[in-house]
Amino acid sequence: MVKVADMVDRLNARVICGSSDMDQEIQFGFASDLMSDVLTLDTENLLLITGLNNLQTIRTSEMSDISFILFVRDKKATEEMKELACENEITLIECGHSMFRACSILNEIGLQPVY
Amino acid sequence: MEFKFAIEGGNFSKAGSASSEVKKILKQLNVNPKIIKRTVVSLYEAEVNVVAHAFEGNMNVDIDTDKIVVKIEDKGPGIPDIDQAMQEGYSTASPQVREMGFGAGMGLPNIKRNSDQMNITSKVDVGTELEIINYFG
Repeated sequence: MVKVADMVDRLNARVICGSSDMDQEIQFGFASDLMSDVLTLDTENLLLITGLNNLQTIRTSEMSDISFILFVRDKKATEEMKELACENEITLIECGHSMFRACSILNEIGLQPVY
Repeated sequence: MEFKFAIEGGNFSKAGSASSEVKKILKQLNVNPKIIKRTVVSLYEAEVNVVAHAFEGNMNVDIDTDKIVVKIEDKGPGIPDIDQAMQEGYSTASPQVREMGFGAGMGLPNIKRNSDQMNITSKVDVGTELEIINYFG
């Protein structure tokens, strides 16, 4: 389990939506730009790590009960994405690392793979 | 309770809005969250399919005390070979659909996995009808 605040700190990341959830602890991470794969998961308490910054990233998370999304490679969420995320109480985090580096850091501090 | 939602073909900015409404309704009815998730994932996959492949469609939702029955009908190219479309990895999605994070040929198999009953019929150059039934118990 890793606190959201610790992940943000280690990744030198920015929370751009939903900053009240910083003390929540997350157990699993799943990294994908393919939403079709994300929709096959039945894991709870999951951080989605992705470089896909469009509205369907937020919709996929809404349907999959994913409450935390980390955007890598400095991808920026649009205003429309932020609005939809806030409406669904999804926390959005942005960082400048590559997906591989972000996953490596998160795994090092205790975030577990789904499979 | 019956609800009907229109789905616009090609409009990815609205893809998922019908499934999102159904999720809100099921939450208000205090349906088991695991069943809500299974249901809305299958509806979302179906909604994205209509947006990705068809000209227009409708999602007709009928919620009873013990189950939800959803019929998604579209006007579009139809599916020539449903058995082939049910195979994981088979896809006819456009590059635009793939850019949105879909088109991996996982949609129909994932709908089947997340529904208690799934029935699909399709006519080439007419459209596709998909029925999804999930039980609350």
